[in-house]
Amino acid sequence: MKVNLSREKDIAVVSIEGSIDGKTAPVVRQEISSTLDESKSLILDLSKVDYLSSAGLRLLLLIYREFTAKKGKLVLLGVSEDIQTVMSHTGFLNFFTLAGSMPEAVQALS
Amino acid sequence: MKSQKANAIESRIDYYPTHEHHGYRFRRGRPLPFGASIVPNGVNFSVFSSVATSCTLVLFRKHEREPMVEIEFPREFRVGDVYSMLVFDLDYEDLEYGYRFGGPWEPSVGHRFDASKVVGDPYARVIGGRDVWFAKPDWDDIYQHRSRLAFDDFDWEDDRPLETPINDLVIYELHVRGFTAHPSSKTSAGGTFAGIIEKIPYLKKLGVNCVELMPIFEFDEWENSRQHPQTGQWLLNYWGYSTLGFFAPKAGYAATGRLGMQVDEVKNLVKELHKAGIEVILDVVLNHTAEGDHRGPTISFRGIDNRNYYMLTPDGYYYNFSGCGNTLNCNHPVVRNLALDCLRYWAADYHIDGFRFDLASILGRDQNGAPLANPPLLESLALDPVLHKCKLIAEAWDAGGLYQVGSFPAYDRWAEWNGKYRDAVRKFIKGDVGLVGEIATRIQGSPDLYYYRGPTASINFITCHDGFTLHDLFSYNDKHNEANGENGNDGANDNNSWNCGAEGETSDEFVNGLRLQLMKNAFCILLLSRGVPMLLMGDEIARTQKGNNNSYCQDNDLGWMDWTLEQRNSELFRFVQAMIRFRHNNPVLRAGAFYRGQDSVGSGIPDISFHGTQLWGPDFSAGSRCLAFLICGKHTEGQDGDIYVAMNMHWDGLPFQLPKPRHGERWSVVVNTSMRAPNDVFEASQAPALSNQTEIIVGPRSMMVLIANGN
Repeated sequence: MKVNLSREKDIAVVSIEGSIDGKTAPVVRQEISSTLDESKSLILDLSKVDYLSSAGLRLLLLIYREFTAKKGKLVLLGVSEDIQTVMSHTGFLNFFTLAGSMPEAVQALS
Repeated sequence: MKSQKANAIESRIDYYPTHEHHGYRFRRGRPLPFGASIVPNGVNFSVFSSVATSCTLVLFRKHEREPMVEIEFPREFRVGDVYSMLVFDLDYEDLEYGYRFGGPWEPSVGHRFDASKVVGDPYARVIGGRDVWFAKPDWDDIYQHRSRLAFDDFDWEDDRPLETPINDLVIYELHVRGFTAHPSSKTSAGGTFAGIIEKIPYLKKLGVNCVELMPIFEFDEWENSRQHPQTGQWLLNYWGYSTLGFFAPKAGYAATGRLGMQVDEVKNLVKELHKAGIEVILDVVLNHTAEGDHRGPTISFRGIDNRNYYMLTPDGYYYNFSGCGNTLNCNHPVVRNLALDCLRYWAADYHIDGFRFDLASILGRDQNGAPLANPPLLESLALDPVLHKCKLIAEAWDAGGLYQVGSFPAYDRWAEWNGKYRDAVRKFIKGDVGLVGEIATRIQGSPDLYYYRGPTASINFITCHDGFTLHDLFSYNDKHNEANGENGNDGANDNNSWNCGAEGETSDEFVNGLRLQLMKNAFCILLLSRGVPMLLMGDEIARTQKGNNNSYCQDNDLGWMDWTLEQRNSELFRFVQAMIRFRHNNPVLRAGAFYRGQDSVGSGIPDISFHGTQLWGPDFSAGSRCLAFLICGKHTEGQDGDIYVAMNMHWDGLPFQLPKPRHGERWSVVVNTSMRAPNDVFEASQAPALSNQTEIIVGPRSMMVLIANGN
């Protein structure tokens, strides 16, 4: 699992590669914590995430809750169809704005 | 803020490991709550046995046959009979656990300890091993049903149990898998909890506001599985009345079961149903477990505290009041608490609105099997603070011969599946004589049975999962259970069914027309009766099981809902939909109190009065097959007008004298089951007024419902 941090104008972009599960979710959380604290707009690029476990879904929801608490905005980018299905069946999908491309994600945040 | 909170927890003074075993660090745990609880940095395990001499925690990596470690509970970790241990640094998602108990093997006094076996946690919230429905298990694995951890932090937002008054419910009993497993369901996740969500619009369209899910506690579909000797068809434990664990949802019913996310999936289903105004009742099997009798496998309870968990004969065999090999010892205080903990968990953690208790009479037996006058478990459930707004519904009989319909210990709370309603209405509709008096009682909510409890104690049903579907009730004289591979010996013989002149499927239009008409009569009576109506999945579109009245093992077209019937039997669907709407629109039909048979508001007529072909002359004689009743609208707040119902189960049409409508009002026809669509049922606002306001002819074996209005 790898985490990449970048910016798109004034939007923080966090790109994750690999699986987010019970082992890696705390690592991701750690690595992006300062980005989360500093940003009001965030794109979580999950296009290279092949697996999200329960713990992974919970990480997403925690980030979502943190952002809504500070009136920030969050978009998930490039979530695979399989993961979207799992998110839909478990109710996590309802919380998120999804985007298929970077421009679409930026648009959704503006 | 977050880190402060975490610090506060981590700063507990007792929060450090004191022991280590093969690199696993642990310490004394907390005895309560029972089960495995995720705590910061670790997992608290707690389990009890009154007789065991030792207990060992066995930890596995998910799906691995050999344990990664076994840790015996040191003596100082036991308080009373409870063993508890907190193990640090476990990967919650990759963990399976169980126990080995040391203790005597003395079956004659009820002890069946076997330390060579790993047994599951009675409080396991997730059970692995049957993650995907009908996926072939690893039969060589010594630990088949593996306890796992569950995240309990689902985000419910503002959801809560709906607390719909029970008298307003229209219950729809469904099998989670059977509802959408058929390819015609066209759902993206057929046969699952998620699949039901895609059918919420259908349930809304039908008008039901409560679903009762057949058992969803983890069970083993492979239990007693076999192939039919002639057809080769796999026969499974499809219904699942055989609990492996009382706290774990059935993984194989979850589209996400392979990922271990069934807990979230069920919760999401409940949340979505609640958003649609639909309550969720669970059919819970607390009367026995999947361990069977003395020949059965040791899965959990038997190997932990056999003598406490089960009702045993004096020589150590299993009482079999469930008909399934064993009987849970429900009124032993330990088991009583287990049952209470279980239901509280489902009510609090899953927002479940109510429970239907399979073979509930067992819950009222003492430890030797004798029925109790004041069963502590039933009283506890009735008065429990967490469960206090939950519906409690008893199947008020058991396989040991106890039949308590009307006499189930109710504590002002319990409702019952009214088996007498089912039997009487079936017989009446098929034209049996001698039933008119009983029908008059049944449609009032069975005051003969529930005088002190009110009509809401009566769950009225004509069909349920057990027995014929409604279509088959009027298509078969006899059960046809050959497909079950038991030489037709299984299933009830006493069905009160009638095939209308041809056994099974026929091209005879008269027969098919009559069947449709009788099904309409059934729905009409059901939805006009006081009490709480319950429909069986698919009856609204005439689902057939081809005469099989016991589809417990049929995970195929027989047991599944064929959604193409929605088109093919749209006439019946439209009728049922209209009847449900009629019930919702007429509060007098679903009032929570009994009719009094007198005029208590000065309206000039009693709240209900009975008639026959002659006004004020109901024929209750032995040979009678018809009855009419007039319901006064003025006795119920919010009710628009009077309702007159004529039921003629005779094979000839009969004239019925009509009561005189009130000044300025006229009788209009809402229902006439002798007519075909669209003239079989009308919206109240479009109901055609009768040209003859003094008499109607009610066709053979049919019903008419009239409303009085100013149209």
